[in-house]
Amino acid sequence: MFKLEKRPQPSKMWTLLTPPLAVLATMIFGGLLFGLLGNPPVEAIRTIFWDPLFGEFAFYYRPQLLVKGGPLILIAIGLSLGFRAGIWNIGAEGQYIMGAIFGAGAGLAFYPMEAFYIFPIMVIAGAIGGMLWAGIPAFLKVKFGTNEILVSLMLVYVAEQLLASMSLGLLKNPDGFGFPGSRNLQQYASAHNAELITGTGMHWGVVAAFIAVIFSYILLNRHMLGFSIRLTGEAPRAAKFSGVSPARLILFCLGTSGALAGLAGMFEVAGPAGQISIDFNTGYGFTAIIVAFLGRLHPVGILLAGLLMALTYIGGEIAQSNLGLPAAAIQLFQGMLLFFLLAVDLLTNFRIRLASSRRKGVA
Amino acid sequence: MDLSSINPILLLASLMVAATPILLAAIGELVVERAGVLNLGVEGMMITGAICGFAIAVETGSPVLGFIAAAVGGAVLSLLFALLTQFALANQVASGLALTLFGLGLSALLGQGYVGVKPPSTPQLDIPLLSDIPVLGPILFNHDPMVYVALGILAATWAVLKYSRMGLVLRAVGENHEAAHALGYKVVRIRVLAIMFGGACAGLGGAYVSLIRVPQWTEGMTAGAGWIALALVVFASWKPWRVLMGAYLFGGVTVLQLNLQAAGIAIPVEYLSMSPYIITIVVLVIMSTHRSGAPASLGKNFHASG
Repeated sequence: MFKLEKRPQPSKMWTLLTPPLAVLATMIFGGLLFGLLGNPPVEAIRTIFWDPLFGEFAFYYRPQLLVKGGPLILIAIGLSLGFRAGIWNIGAEGQYIMGAIFGAGAGLAFYPMEAFYIFPIMVIAGAIGGMLWAGIPAFLKVKFGTNEILVSLMLVYVAEQLLASMSLGLLKNPDGFGFPGSRNLQQYASAHNAELITGTGMHWGVVAAFIAVIFSYILLNRHMLGFSIRLTGEAPRAAKFSGVSPARLILFCLGTSGALAGLAGMFEVAGPAGQISIDFNTGYGFTAIIVAFLGRLHPVGILLAGLLMALTYIGGEIAQSNLGLPAAAIQLFQGMLLFFLLAVDLLTNFRIRLASSRRKGVA
Repeated sequence: MDLSSINPILLLASLMVAATPILLAAIGELVVERAGVLNLGVEGMMITGAICGFAIAVETGSPVLGFIAAAVGGAVLSLLFALLTQFALANQVASGLALTLFGLGLSALLGQGYVGVKPPSTPQLDIPLLSDIPVLGPILFNHDPMVYVALGILAATWAVLKYSRMGLVLRAVGENHEAAHALGYKVVRIRVLAIMFGGACAGLGGAYVSLIRVPQWTEGMTAGAGWIALALVVFASWKPWRVLMGAYLFGGVTVLQLNLQAAGIAIPVEYLSMSPYIITIVVLVIMSTHRSGAPASLGKNFHASG
């Protein structure tokens, strides 16, 4: 029989190797799944992972990589700070929605005025919106010890209802002939989060994501606060003795992740999405959880994982139109990835030994 | 607005129906947590149960087979969680989330051919004499059999946890897995069984939504009921009968806001729809001020070294 032996420290080698291993396992099992659904497995996997980058229409799909990866990375960076310290913000989807509502609301308040300061105000409003929404579970956790997982998740459903209310009421386009949804920010120059370099998909949200990666790297490796976060996650008792304030950490981690999710929502509504509408949110907040884990909660890892996950979104859409692969299959595929990742993580934390019969008798 | 259009008897009767799915899911999760495991995948297991039950009921024409399939589907899915947390020793919070994400995708995939299909109807259980009692009859004794099955499961769970040796062992594992292991109990095996029981209950709850409460199939139709069930366990301080109280409270809020919507109250529909979630948060806050009864080993992984 096999025997598990806990490693004194997580293996460095396996920490790096497990994500690719998980991706590979997902490709194999995903291929089998697509085969069961009546699609040629190899072709389906190639369509998802190869065609968007190197296929015939790659020039069209490549920019999408940044458009879809930007929000995922931005949100996942925020989540990773909390996850490292054992603070579980599961409601990024709600914070993303609130950021979009605040950001779009701030912009539309100025309509139709054109001024250079409108966009920066929207950015700040978006961050504040997300931060306030994440501040609710943070405050309740600090003040009453309420479970932040459940509160942040419940607030996603509340935010979705608010979004519906906004697109049917307060933010509805007055010139929209009664259709739900706000004015299109893409047609409002001062508020439009336009592509910075044509044909690359690069917009301010992507820039913000890169900045977030750099800052979080510095924070975690060079700053006292980052050290406190890591210490709390790895050795909570030691953190307590060394005087780390849990309340401050909770407020910081949830607040930051909320602000980043809010920013992602704001950049999305002002750019690629264009308007507040009932179906504005598409699950980035939840997929970002997978991105954070796939990236090993490390900033650089998250950057790569975000791009990979964006690839599955784009490839999934191609497979949907070309092969008729159902959209749900891609969702399942992404969930599967997280499963495999958690499973192969065993190799990082444990050594697998063949238990010899002699030792078995002792054990 | 016409509040007189709300019939209090019908309101209380539909409260029992609205409460049943979260009641089922919450009992299952209660047993899992008493065994010391935190499974955040309730939502995923519920929605998988919802489609398994729906598909089998439609194909066979039998709601009973549908419910059995839902329980099996939920239990099989929960085995994935058991595999990750009990054998691969993965983080329970992350594994539970993975289960929910996976379950939502799986159910959407399985349910593709079933959108807009009508399931076979489950007959009302008209208990003779009892259901003829004025007022109390329609409220308590004029429901589908699953309402009573759920109450039966609750009573059985309570009795087993409180009075049986099995329940004692399960609680011992949840309170202190090291000690339970030292006494020779198979911690991992007991936990896997508890997780499967939780999965089966969540599956039943999901099928109740798709087969009786709604009854039809739409993607993501459980809409957070699994998460409310999780909150319910905290609300109930891990005690079975309080789960019932909590489930009726949430059922009551849900039914009341639906009735207010129908009556055309001046509050916009969206704000009424928020209310069950907001009340869940409020209740969580109230309960967390005097927190007691959480199993001591909750959420901690067990690895027998030596």
